[in-house]
Formats: sequence, structure tokens, C-alpha cells
Amino acid sequence: MSSPAVEVVDLVKRYGRLTAVDGLSLTAESGAVTAILGPNGAGKTTTIEICEGFRRADGGTVRVLGLPPSRRELRARVGIMPQSGGVPPAMRCGEWLRLVARFHAHPLDPDALLDRLGLADQARTPYRRLSGGQQQRLSLAAALIGRPELVFLDEPTAGMDPQARRSCWDLIGELRAAGVSVVLTTHFMDEAEKLADHVVIIDRGRVVAEGTPAELTGAERQLRFRARPGLNLDELLKALPAGSAAKESPAGHYIIEGEVGPELLATVTAWCAAEGVTAEALSIERRTLEDVFLELTGRELR
Amino acid sequence: MTTLDLTPAPGAAPLPRMVLAQAGAEMRGMLRNGEQLLLTMIIPVLVLVGFSLAPLLEVPGERIAYVTPGVLALAIMSTAFTGQAIATGFERRYGVLKRLGATPLSRTGLMLGKTLAIAGVEIVQVVLIVAVALGLGWRPELSHGPVGPVLFVVAGTAAFSGLGLLMAGTLRAEATLAAANLVYLVLLGLGGVVFPVDLFPAAMQGVVELLPITALADGLRVLLTGGSPFPYQELLILCGWAVAGLVLAALTFRWE
Ligand SMILES: Nc1ncnc2c1ncn2[C@@H]1O[C@H](COP(=O)(O)OP(=O)(O)O)[C@@H](O)[C@H]1O
Ligand SMILES: [Mg+2]
Repeated sequence: MSSPAVEVVDLVKRYGRLTAVDGLSLTAESGAVTAILGPNGAGKTTTIEICEGFRRADGGTVRVLGLPPSRRELRARVGIMPQSGGVPPAMRCGEWLRLVARFHAHPLDPDALLDRLGLADQARTPYRRLSGGQQQRLSLAAALIGRPELVFLDEPTAGMDPQARRSCWDLIGELRAAGVSVVLTTHFMDEAEKLADHVVIIDRGRVVAEGTPAELTGAERQLRFRARPGLNLDELLKALPAGSAAKESPAGHYIIEGEVGPELLATVTAWCAAEGVTAEALSIERRTLEDVFLELTGRELR
Repeated sequence: MTTLDLTPAPGAAPLPRMVLAQAGAEMRGMLRNGEQLLLTMIIPVLVLVGFSLAPLLEVPGERIAYVTPGVLALAIMSTAFTGQAIATGFERRYGVLKRLGATPLSRTGLMLGKTLAIAGVEIVQVVLIVAVALGLGWRPELSHGPVGPVLFVVAGTAAFSGLGLLMAGTLRAEATLAAANLVYLVLLGLGGVVFPVDLFPAAMQGVVELLPITALADGLRVLLTGGSPFPYQELLILCGWAVAGLVLAALTFRWE
């Protein structure tokens, strides 16, 4: 296995009395998509900006492509998309991309990249007149224009409409297929689940869990339905196979976990009939990263 | 849908190409910005036309011969100090300097680009002002050849750039905007651009003569009106400001 694209060990960053990153370690494998998932304020931007060489760590070690983040030669090898801004407001879309392209030895064709990101019609539009999602796409384009071997994307799809989001996901998939290492942050669990080979869930500057999306969500499935609030679940639990769990969260939303199969489904519907309730929106789902996060921290992701 | 070859092919462009690209972008930005054009082109030309045509003041010698060097000095200040301070201040504020720092363009490259862009705009200004002045009947007399004025423009640019970057690198962008415009107006009035410094009270004269704008205006005036000897003292004042400003800016500049 080749050496990792990014290696962070025991990273610590303090802002005054606040410890924003508190002994965080993670490894982003070369050629893989690594997602750093966490709620606002978890320390994602701080971590990624230390890897980009923008902020200095107070403790721990960081290696990017085997080098300390401050090394100049990384500037050409690493593409970055900051969480926001970075483009002169009066600069036109196409102009900015062509400028950044001129800094690189073998850049992509700026017009082709604009076209691919749906910005061809905005090529002559000043940055400040772009919508939030368009600004994000331009920023993504600038991260990719130099054909980097590693890209850092800080909340790449924030502010994008669903269509732009999907095309951004496709592009990240293409990057991976082309052998580019991708490290992205997000607070969208579906994004992490869909895109990432490896997910690192962080909260309050610490890693709370990591693994592939499948490892994190487990093979377990859930049965969910809606019904009138306050049903007594004790009777149901007695009827269910041992090791099952039932809970109401939030009120009126019921989740049954365990060996979800035809038998369990039959037991639940029989119980509903006995209780005289109609189960609505009955569905069988996998546990999501959202559920994992809630379990681990006791808090919602957003 | 366009297919893109995303296979990694990283590499920095040669420094001259990066610097030229950055200079071109900066120069287009300056020439496209309405407020910048007001400070760098429109006000200098209005001052030139106004003060050389209207008998507003008693000046030594021919009015156009007195006013043109002052307006050239004003133009240099407007680009190297006012325009640069404001633009750089906002670039810092909008994270542009930080973002450029993540590209292969080094800080040295960025500074070279900015300097080149300023030189480019100054050439446009000088051509414009000289053309208008010649049209108004200006007949310059170069007492020490063309090298003297060029030397003064370079020293003046360095002095004003240092001060502009010092301001942009330490103050908030809004404060830089306000202060840079204020300094422009005050120095336009005080610095021997159009009002002869010897009209001021003696105590003030000593201070005003040490200002970079006065040194630049007076130096150019000597060199463009056939005066002698060579204005070494003024050149020395400009070099002093340049060294102090650039060193302080380099020590205090915050990139974000
Ligand atoms: N420059 C800074 N100065 C002071 N506090 C900061 C700074 N940057 C971030 N923080 C704080 O550090 C914590 C982590 O922030 P950040 O890394 O931006 O989180 P995330 O990107 O996950 O939302 C937050 O509490 C935030 O307020
Ligand atoms: Mg963030």
C-alpha cells in the first residue's frame, strides 16, 4: 500500500481558552475519498486549514504527501477549496480560473472546466454577482485546475442546489477514479455516506468514530413507522425476538431495531392491529450516519 | 458533457509567467474600477486642467510648468499609495491573499506582480497627463536628461508602496479605505502639488518638505523645468521613506 496522502497524529489547536482540536488523529489514504464529518464548530475547518498550511498547530504532527504542510512544493501538488471567499469580488469567473491556470505547468482547460461545472454562461460575470452555489462551483474549479494529486474541499456542496450537488458528487467520483486523493469536510451525512471510502466523524475536536460508511452504519436495519404518540411498547417488545429494540423518537415516530425480516414485520403489524392503530409511512431502512452520530454524542448532527 | 482529464499532473509554472499573469489581472482590476480611475486619472487631469488654465494661485514661473510635475507626483501617489492600499486591504479582507498563498505563486511573485501592475498603470497615467499638458502648451525642459525623472518616479513609487502596504497589512479594510482617501486629499492640498509650499508658515514648511509627496513634486519640478543642481535632498527623502515603509510593511504585514 502506498504511503498515506494525509497523516494527522494527536493534533491540537487552541484559540485562546478554547481547544478547537483536541488530540485528533486521522489518516487519509492515497487515491481514496476521506470525509471528515461533524456538526458546525466541530473543528473541521481548523483541521483542514492546518493540513493546507494556513494555520499552525499547537501540538501533534501533520504530514501531507509525506511533507510538513508549510512546504512550498506542496502548493503545486495540492488543490484547495476554502469554505468561502478567496476570489476578488470584481474578478470575472473565467478570468479568475485562467489566472490560477497560469500558475500551473499542465492546467486543465479553463473553459472546459467552467462548462463541466455549469458555469459557461457565467464566464464574464464578476464573482460578487454569482449565487452562493455558483461561487462554490468556481471555488471548486480553482481547486482542480492545476491537476493536483490531492485536493482539500471544505464543505464543497454548501449552498448548492440539489442538481449542482449531484454534479459535484459526480466530479468527486471522477477525481477518485483518476487517482486523485480527496479530503473533504461536510455536515451532510448523506454526502459522506455516498462519496467517502473512509469517514471520520468528529465532534468537539475529537474523533468519535471512523470507518467505511458500511462499517459505521453496520449491517443492521431498522423498521420505522408513524402512529399516534405514546403507544406502550412493552407488549410489543415481549412479542419481538430477543435482542430487538423499540423506541419512540421523536413523538409519534417509532423505530424498531433487530433482525428486520418478514417475521418481525408481521409481529409489528399484528401488534398495531391489536392496539387499534394504523401504522403510517412504514419503511425498512439501514441505520444512517445521522443515527450513529446521535448515538455516540447524544446530539443531532445539525 | 465535457470529459476532463483529471489524472494528476501537478507542477508550478515558471515564475515569469506567473508574475505576468498576476500583473495583468491586477492591472485590469485597477483600470476597471471606477473609484480607482477617479483617483488615478480623472482627479489628476482635472487638477492639471483647472489649475493651469485658471489663475487661482500665484506660482513661480509659468503656471503649466509648475502644475504638471505636481500632478505627475499626485498620479504616482494615487496609484502606488491610495489605490494599492485600498485594493490590497480588501484582498486581505476577502481572503484573496490567503487563497493566492495556496497557489504556486510565491509571496515574492505576488509582490513582483503588484509592482509590475503599478508600473503599468503609471505608464498609462504619465502618457495621459503628459499628452494633456502638452496640449495645454507645456514645454518641459529636462535639465538632467530623462534618467532623473524616471529615478524620481521609481523612488516615489517605492516610498508610496511601502506606506500603502503598511496600511493595508495592519488596518481593517474599511479603515484603510477611509484613511487612504483622507491622506490623498490632505497631501493633495499640503504637499506642493499645486499650492507652493512657501505659502505655508515657516514652521510648517520644514515638516511639509519632508513629506514624500513634496519631495517627489519638488524633485520632478526641478528636473522638468531645467533647474539645477540635481535635487539630491529630495531623492534622499524619498529613499528614506521607501526603506522605512517597505521594511515596516514587511515586518508587520498580516496576510489574513
Ligand atoms: N480564528 C479563530 N479564532 C477563534 N476561534 C475560532 C477560530 N476559528 C475557529 N474557531 C472556533 O473553533 C471551533 C471550531 O471551528 P471550525 O474549525 O471552524 O469548525 P467547523 O469547520 O467544524 O465548523 C469553533 O468553536 C469556532 O468558533
Ligand atoms: Mg467549517
